[in-house]
Amino acid sequence: MIAIVDYGVGNLFSLKCSFAAVGENAVVTSDKSEIKNADKIVLPGVGAFGDAAKKLKEQNLDILLKDEAKSGKPILGICLGMQLLFEKSFEYGEHAGLALIPGAVRPISDVISGDLKIPHMGWNALNFHGKKHPAFKYSSEGDHVYFVHSFYADTPEEFVLATAEYGAPLTAAAANGNVIGCQFHPEKSGKAGLKILKAFCETEKSR
Amino acid sequence: MITKRIIPCLDVRDGRVVKGVNFEGLREVDSPVGLAKYYSSCGADELVFYDITASSDGRKLFTEILRETASGVFIPLTVGGGINTTEDFERVLSCGADKVSVNTGAIKDPSLLERAAKLYGDQCVVLSVDVKRVDGVFRVFAKGGRENTGLEAIEWIKRGVGSGAGEVVVNSIDTDGVKRGFDIEMLKKVCEAVKVPVIASGGAGSIEDFINLFKSVPGVDAGLAASVFHFGEIEINKLKEEMRKNGISARLGG
Repeated sequence: MIAIVDYGVGNLFSLKCSFAAVGENAVVTSDKSEIKNADKIVLPGVGAFGDAAKKLKEQNLDILLKDEAKSGKPILGICLGMQLLFEKSFEYGEHAGLALIPGAVRPISDVISGDLKIPHMGWNALNFHGKKHPAFKYSSEGDHVYFVHSFYADTPEEFVLATAEYGAPLTAAAANGNVIGCQFHPEKSGKAGLKILKAFCETEKSR
Repeated sequence: MITKRIIPCLDVRDGRVVKGVNFEGLREVDSPVGLAKYYSSCGADELVFYDITASSDGRKLFTEILRETASGVFIPLTVGGGINTTEDFERVLSCGADKVSVNTGAIKDPSLLERAAKLYGDQCVVLSVDVKRVDGVFRVFAKGGRENTGLEAIEWIKRGVGSGAGEVVVNSIDTDGVKRGFDIEMLKKVCEAVKVPVIASGGAGSIEDFINLFKSVPGVDAGLAASVFHFGEIEINKLKEEMRKNGISARLGG
């Protein structure tokens, strides 16, 4: 069973349905014992980093997520949920993240030229640079997935699983052991996205 | 790089797709859920549902249809029609919409865009504008294109984006339904004026019209159409293959 962490940001209906579409039972929950008992955890999110980090903290979900990550349980962060996995973000000030993957979240405008539109919104191709993480075992080089974001994760190359080219190679997916993050929305990325969710469901607990 | 998006638009009244639909081998052609699944499988990048229902019963049916669609179609869904308040945003977002398109609602109350953007983020707020030339000036029309608001279109679009609209759908009344191509002149002006994604609507009659659109107005992010897709006059996968042959970035597959 998969626990989709509900901490009051965004609507999680499609995400829950997308797991059903790959034959996996997912619950949308903020209940700590339910999250602990789940085989895998999904951390979703839309909106601003600071607000979301604060909400996680208020419900003590930050500590729970760090403990669960330490136990080796697969965790998937999506969009803002992915950004929360990093050490900090510079979205409207400076905010601490969960620090499960080394790196910081910075404005896309820092690395791309001024004539490109921000947010980076729409379908873009994944470049794996020869890497093949188990969560992408069904994916192919150049698969298109759906992005909507104005900030990107700046992380050492060893943690980058895939990039998307938008004036610069932006981090599209990153991982540190059992903790995985997707900047794009696999639940809105058609068949290519469902393949990633299916592969994530098949990942094993580590350590 | 990001691909140019192709977006079929479905007008829904009382839970059914309005405008005739003519697909061989597709049953229940007037079911929005069936049609949404079909479009998703043949390469649509996004779907727009317009609720053209007048009654509250119809509205309830619409949200049920939306929920059912969102549970089985995994591409972005934009919903428009009858969006006048942030409660309307909430109603469709909770049923699985990703973006909400506002047209007359923003004209009646321009603060709606700003309030919605604060609550749900700019990326969620789409400003939809019906534009028609009146004495050589681009004017904004309300109520499904029936009423001239007197607003100058480019200024109105700039103002909407300034208030928090994260995307603009521009429908040219002059080219709509004529099937002789998009309104290139007007779209160029819009793309020069704003830096958010612009979706072109009105006038698509052939694959060449889409190719001409993306070549003539590189700033346009997406092309939207209804009947040419519903009547099977243009197959989305074929359109995208032609786009690629012409050097326009497009996503293939479902």
